[in-house]
Amino acid sequence: MKTFRYERPTDPAAAIALVAGDSGARYLGGGTNLVDLMKLGVETPELLVDVSRLPFGEVEETGGGGLRIGAAVRNSRLATHMLVRERYPALSQALLSGASAQLRNAATIGGNLLQRTRCLYFQDVSKPCNKRRPGSGCPAREGVHRDLAVLGASEHCIATSTSDLAVALAALDATVHLAGPAGTRSLPLTDLHRLPGDAPERDTVLRHGELITAVELPPPPRSARSAYRKVRDRASYAFALASVAAVLNVRDGAVHEVRLAFGGLAAKPWRANGAEEALQGRPATEDSFAAAVRTELTACRPLRDNGYKVALAERLAVAVLAQLAELD
Amino acid sequence: MGTTTAVTMEINAESCALDLDNRTTLLDALREHLGLTGTKKGCDHGQCGACTVLVDGLRMNSCLLLAVALDGAQVTTVEGLSSDAVLHPVQQAFIDHDAFQCGYCTPGQICSAVGAITEAASGWPSAATAQERPVGSVALTEAEIRERMSGNLCRCGAYVNIVSAVAEAAEAAREAGR
Ligand SMILES: Cc1cc2nc3c(=O)[nH]c(=O)nc-3n(C[C@H](O)[C@H](O)[C@H](O)COP(=O)(O)OP(=O)(O)OC[C@H]3O[C@@H](n4cnc5c(N)ncnc54)[C@H](O)[C@@H]3O)c2cc1C
Ligand code: SF4
Ligand code: FES
Ligand code: FES
Repeated sequence: MKTFRYERPTDPAAAIALVAGDSGARYLGGGTNLVDLMKLGVETPELLVDVSRLPFGEVEETGGGGLRIGAAVRNSRLATHMLVRERYPALSQALLSGASAQLRNAATIGGNLLQRTRCLYFQDVSKPCNKRRPGSGCPAREGVHRDLAVLGASEHCIATSTSDLAVALAALDATVHLAGPAGTRSLPLTDLHRLPGDAPERDTVLRHGELITAVELPPPPRSARSAYRKVRDRASYAFALASVAAVLNVRDGAVHEVRLAFGGLAAKPWRANGAEEALQGRPATEDSFAAAVRTELTACRPLRDNGYKVALAERLAVAVLAQLAELD
Repeated sequence: MGTTTAVTMEINAESCALDLDNRTTLLDALREHLGLTGTKKGCDHGQCGACTVLVDGLRMNSCLLLAVALDGAQVTTVEGLSSDAVLHPVQQAFIDHDAFQCGYCTPGQICSAVGAITEAASGWPSAATAQERPVGSVALTEAEIRERMSGNLCRCGAYVNIVSAVAEAAEAAREAGR
């Protein structure tokens, strides 16, 4: 690992100034992804600015009945928070399905959202990779890509984002609050991560020096239920092959309100707007769920070894929606 | 501004002041600087749990924590679990249940089990917990233990006995807390 300087300012403005003024500076949350990547030589920061003790460690109710989650809140604290368990079960379930108890105790919400892809070539500095070294090529396309994207990929990169948290937040209509050298701004969570296009080195729309300060959830839709389900190679402690977060409200046997997001399929949490529109007002049956999800997944472009994800995602989404509609 | 930092931590109830290269992980600080070699290095990448210790009472992978970031923290390693000659109930349960073979994963398993028992007693759910209304504490069934201990791999495959050791220690802790 390369040597680096370490700073732990107590004031957010000082943290932002330190990172904004130094292209080799990075924020440090729990370090469970960044330190790993530094050991691998993928990240080589000259300065780490520790933001894990900034005053962003609270989960608070907002005036409107929603929830404001500080970026430094640890994953396990949020997953086990009473209000989250009662009002946003999909969020608690997504967090609890991620990593291990040890990692969840250390990982922060901000760091979780900005964790980098687990593509094997990205993590191996002896290999080409457009995301790590722009223009060097993408060996995953012809090589090992069983875990990689079937939606929204480009010829330059087929990496997936791996945050379970982000998938639940996408379905829950979360907003991300940012602070940077030019002031503050807020984005829908679904606009935070970007598809690779011809710039796969940029995972998100964040500018250098921008800090995630909080994530905000609107109040849960009345009488809607939510759930998160994840399929992986082993029962626990593995990244998603595919995952689904859904919010569903059924009235008189018809879909009154639905929100659906997929994980493990693309470089960002995939909010299934097409399926949601197709389901609006339709009977809450497995047949209409399957038809709507299939419409969404026609956009899939599987490669040699990841085609199984399309059928898996369809069945998973139908199962989660059926569970929320209490069809079985 | 240099690349070393003065760090003070309370390790196994003793205050330790160290001058550390910023790159030093908590795991390396324990093993290389403090001679606390009970905590093991398996993968060094957060994938095996051999390096598990308790930081401010919560179990974490010491291989991914930078020691500089832990200034002021309280750390408990496997060496700090027993008092005088009396083993911690989880340590004793591992012996009674023959819950290891080579023993390499064991310190991490034990620290992780101590954390898991506290978490369940505080009512923290896991992915194996039914999603009904939150309860005061979660009973550690076999399914719960397997899920909650999934961050600790055992190359020797001593899992069956690890599960029964953790179940017994959890039950004893429940009895004692009653
Ligand atoms: C073995 C293993 C298995 C895992 N399995 C899963 C899994 O199944 N599901 C899953 O979702 N995750 C999984 N993870 C990833 C884990 O969730 C992340 O490592 C963790 O959430 C990152 O949080 P952190 O606080 O440690 O981030 P850090 O490592 O500190 O930071 C990550 C990135 O975010 C930046 N950053 C941190 N905080 C902020 C902020 N407030 N504002 C702006 N930038 C910031 C950092 O500069 C860095 O680039 C796994 C990790 C490991 C090692
Ligand atoms: S898929 Fe993306 S991250 Fe993986 S090798 Fe290709 S360019 Fe790199
Ligand atoms: S050595 Fe830390 S998890 Fe393997
Ligand atoms: S006892 Fe040998 S690795 Fe677990």
